[in-house]
Amino acid sequence: MKILLKELGKYGKEAVFAPFFKFLEAAIELVVPFFVSDIIDRGVNGGDKNAVVADLAIMLGLAAVGLVFSVLGQFCSARAAVGFSANVRRKVYVKLMDSPPSVTDKIGVSAMITRMTSDVNQMQTGVNLFLRLLLRSPFVVIGAFVAAAIIDLKVSLVFLVLIAALGAVVAIIMAITLPKYSEAQRKLDDVSLSARENLTGARVIRAFGAEDDEIREYRKKTGALEKFKNRTGMISAFLNPCTFVLVNLAIVALLYFGGVRVNAGVISQGQTVALYDYMSQILIELVKFANLVVTVSKSVACARRVEKVLEEDGSYIKTESGKISDAYVEFKGVSMRYADGGESLTDINLTIEKGQTVGIVGGTGSGKTTLVSLIPRFYDAYKGFVAVGGKDVRSYDVKELRAKIGFVLQKSALFTGTIDGNLRLGNEGLSEEVEREALDAAQATDVVRSKGGDLSAEVRQGGKNFSGGQKQRLAIARALARKPEILILDDSSSALDFATDLKLRRAIKRLDYKPTVIIVSQRTSAVADADKIIVLDEGKVVGVGTDESLTENCDVYREIKRSQQRGAAK
Amino acid sequence: MKKGVIRRVLSYVRPYRFALAVSLIGAAAFVAAELALPVLFGKAADLIIGEGNVDFDGLARIFIVAAACALFAGLMQWTTEAISNKIANGVTERIRNDAFEKLQRAPLSVLDARPAGDILSVEIGDADRLADGLLLGFSRFFTGIITIIGTLAVMFVLNPVIAAVVAVLTPASLFTAKFITGKTYGTFKKQAEITGRQSALIEESLGNLPTIKAYSAEEEFIKKFDDVNGELEKTSLKAVFFSSLTNPTTRFINAVVYAAVAFTGAMLAASGAVGVFAVTAGLLLSLLGYAGKYAKPFNEISSVLTELAGAKACAARLFEVIDGEEETPDVKNAAALSEVKGDVKAEGVYFSYVPERPLIQNFNLDVKSGRKTAIVGPTGCGKTTLINLLMRFYDVNSGEISVDGIPIKDVKRRDLRRSYGMVLQDTWIRKATVKDNIKIGKKDATDEEIERAAKLAGCDGFIKRLPDGYETVIGDDDLSAGQRQLISIARVMLRVPPMLILDEATSSVDTRTEKKISEAFDELTKGKTSFIVAHRLSTIVSADNILVMKDGNVIEQGTHAELMEKRGFYCELYNSQFEKN
Repeated sequence: MKILLKELGKYGKEAVFAPFFKFLEAAIELVVPFFVSDIIDRGVNGGDKNAVVADLAIMLGLAAVGLVFSVLGQFCSARAAVGFSANVRRKVYVKLMDSPPSVTDKIGVSAMITRMTSDVNQMQTGVNLFLRLLLRSPFVVIGAFVAAAIIDLKVSLVFLVLIAALGAVVAIIMAITLPKYSEAQRKLDDVSLSARENLTGARVIRAFGAEDDEIREYRKKTGALEKFKNRTGMISAFLNPCTFVLVNLAIVALLYFGGVRVNAGVISQGQTVALYDYMSQILIELVKFANLVVTVSKSVACARRVEKVLEEDGSYIKTESGKISDAYVEFKGVSMRYADGGESLTDINLTIEKGQTVGIVGGTGSGKTTLVSLIPRFYDAYKGFVAVGGKDVRSYDVKELRAKIGFVLQKSALFTGTIDGNLRLGNEGLSEEVEREALDAAQATDVVRSKGGDLSAEVRQGGKNFSGGQKQRLAIARALARKPEILILDDSSSALDFATDLKLRRAIKRLDYKPTVIIVSQRTSAVADADKIIVLDEGKVVGVGTDESLTENCDVYREIKRSQQRGAAK
Repeated sequence: MKKGVIRRVLSYVRPYRFALAVSLIGAAAFVAAELALPVLFGKAADLIIGEGNVDFDGLARIFIVAAACALFAGLMQWTTEAISNKIANGVTERIRNDAFEKLQRAPLSVLDARPAGDILSVEIGDADRLADGLLLGFSRFFTGIITIIGTLAVMFVLNPVIAAVVAVLTPASLFTAKFITGKTYGTFKKQAEITGRQSALIEESLGNLPTIKAYSAEEEFIKKFDDVNGELEKTSLKAVFFSSLTNPTTRFINAVVYAAVAFTGAMLAASGAVGVFAVTAGLLLSLLGYAGKYAKPFNEISSVLTELAGAKACAARLFEVIDGEEETPDVKNAAALSEVKGDVKAEGVYFSYVPERPLIQNFNLDVKSGRKTAIVGPTGCGKTTLINLLMRFYDVNSGEISVDGIPIKDVKRRDLRRSYGMVLQDTWIRKATVKDNIKIGKKDATDEEIERAAKLAGCDGFIKRLPDGYETVIGDDDLSAGQRQLISIARVMLRVPPMLILDEATSSVDTRTEKKISEAFDELTKGKTSFIVAHRLSTIVSADNILVMKDGNVIEQGTHAELMEKRGFYCELYNSQFEKN
């Protein structure tokens, strides 16, 4: 909780004033029954009209002052709660932006959205309610009790018993229902998942004619949810009636003991009425307090989830800088595993010289993508090292390292905005001339032309208004626009037809700044003319060489190549 | 808002009408008992007059009645809440089921046009909000109204003057509450809209984190986030603060009412009012109790009202889904397809998704039973559309497609679809065990059959390596694209349908695995009509007939040899694959 409490600390002033104002408001409310008691004793029983008028004026005045304090209190607590939650959202977002992607991978994007929206909102409600009731509720309860004790200590013991009994009831009901709330949430998640799957998989479900099965399955899930909610509802429905019964029984006891005391001449009738009044105030406040406890414990659960994200280690390891390699890019004894799995790369050794074109081929799951992800430090090797420009990648400032690299991912990502905005990603000062050149080389001038030729053409979320091939070409253009020293194409032309792919490769060959090019591909034809081809199989390098030498010496390469040759399918 | 939303919700409540009646009676009984209590307590206070002047026998009688009243009221309140809860949950799940069923019957054009997240927010979020609204409506709204009416009535009986004072003052509380909620409704709506934008930004940036990192564009996105986050903070502050004003203001008005009751009562007593206007200390205590009780429901009703308006809007959105279009029903006496031979014919087919942009024009096709047809062409040429038409995911605008000589529009849709085995490029894996994922098309498949299918599809190996083998629960993110495709292929292998449609079925599978699969497919397609879409030309060389498509039309057709000889578009495409840079 430390990190989050520190965030709340930034709103220290509000967090102190909010309960303070609410406390003043409550104090005023507590004074009111004294005047009611006075009205009864001096007005109703004594017939003193002047006293009644004076009491009325005081009561109205108190109400007005109470209103002012209350509004001030609400404002302070709203400001603290809203400001706090905005800061927490930002903190989480910045944390994820600044950490290696493995942190986000581990939690999952949709879970992160829930953390930053509904969890933070729940925290906001919790803080808001907490600040408002922090002093108010206990003060009213204790104050009413003390006031009652002043009137008559013995009778006030009834209050103590009531408070204890109510506390026990609330605690028991909460202990039963709180875990059930999260269970109900899980069941709803189940229904939600099922609905989502049926939307995304509509074609497959219909192709198998499985609609009726799905409807049956879904009904089972909603039925289970309904039953569960009914049962939980029956238990939580006890809260209000129990409170109601207890308080009224307490009033009965109060009036009885009050009667005994009045009979003995210890207190007056008006004072008995005042005791009754305090009892009602305690009732209202305790119900609110029970509410607060429920809300706060839900918020704490949310806060724990959020804090867990913030506690993730998102730092990059830094090593000594110094020349450790003679090659431009070198992998030395590199092994790598993802957080939750076995080894993805084992003892990789390879060197790439400046300006070379290198191909990486291999089957599904052979580790091609993992290997190139180590260069810009999306992940770190746990054994061995990766060097760029002769220095360990871990000795660079990450941004400085990544500035050298143009990386096009398998899944080409376009962002909401314009074509221009996408090309200038992380590179605001780009001239239109450079952009046009990059588009030309990436064979993407056509794409822009199809949208009217204007670079300010709209890109919708996920690039939905472009076809797969168009997206890939724009993503490649984006990488070329920054004129990188190292260009990495991770199977990024899979949606292009062969003719376009060939033109693209030729254009890259002709680039005047002569980048080092690393091409990951499933097609041997795409890497056949590379200076060096690296063949991966199950996370290990099984062949390094040219097309010619590998065809001669490497079984895996030969097999891949043969399967793609003319008439291979025959 | 659409007319009749409330009536339609009520039609879902109808099966619960008995429960609802019980719940309403319970609410009324609760209110009656609740209202009786202050009167009893007032009477009790009047028996406690002073030293040596307390009627303990009278008190005992009153206390027994009061305790019984309290217990009875508590029981009634519990009954009402538990039953309301049951009705609200039941109604919601029924509406949710109906909406889901409609989605299963809706034409794909409807599902394709609307983002899944949007439909989901109706099916899950709106339905939940409706449940909350119904619950509040049943349990609070009625109780509130009955309480107001009952309290006012009792107060008039106890003392008409004081009752009149209360009746005149309290609507002020309702008025201010309504004024405030009206003001905040707009800010709340704006807040929801900004939250939506923020979620979209989070999804987009976290989903593409490697790209952002590769371009060191983190600051750019943090700035975007700050903009929308700041906007959200400003609007939220307004919404939260204004809505929290309801409480202090109504409390203020309550305090005023309370003071007014005490004042009027005392003045009446001090002036020695008699008869119906007479006021004793005990009576004043009862009236003060009622003044507090009377004001409370106003407070609640005003908050329930906004909740109900929201719930109504949610119900309307759900009904919009339920009222949506359905796939055109099967024609009367639609033919059942069994023993499909697999002659597929298309004649003069025209189709477009939007009328302004014609896509498929005068498309003709004649595939004899057991032939393998490959469809090639650049992206956007209409390959996927053709599959949509063959499977009747979409209906042709004009022309006709037939299977075994029967026009497909005269065939039972389910039969038609089940006679094709379809594997798409975009794989779909549901969160379930591997086994359940494979047997989607054949629920009664045995474990041996499932394993055999997986072996044929070449995924038996990796499945066995999963922690729990075939019982491992998998989701979309747990498998690589290639593995997902293999599972999709296993689904088809399990059913052995008479015809096949493979749309880039092996695009994410490495070439060695692909070869194994295509051997399995060859085995499977032997003697079966099949349609294959592929970028990789090597996969299609062996087809009996190749359709070369461009801009929605077939521009060349023939076997590989014939097309190569022609030296046309296909030949150019094919050769580019082997050209050196």
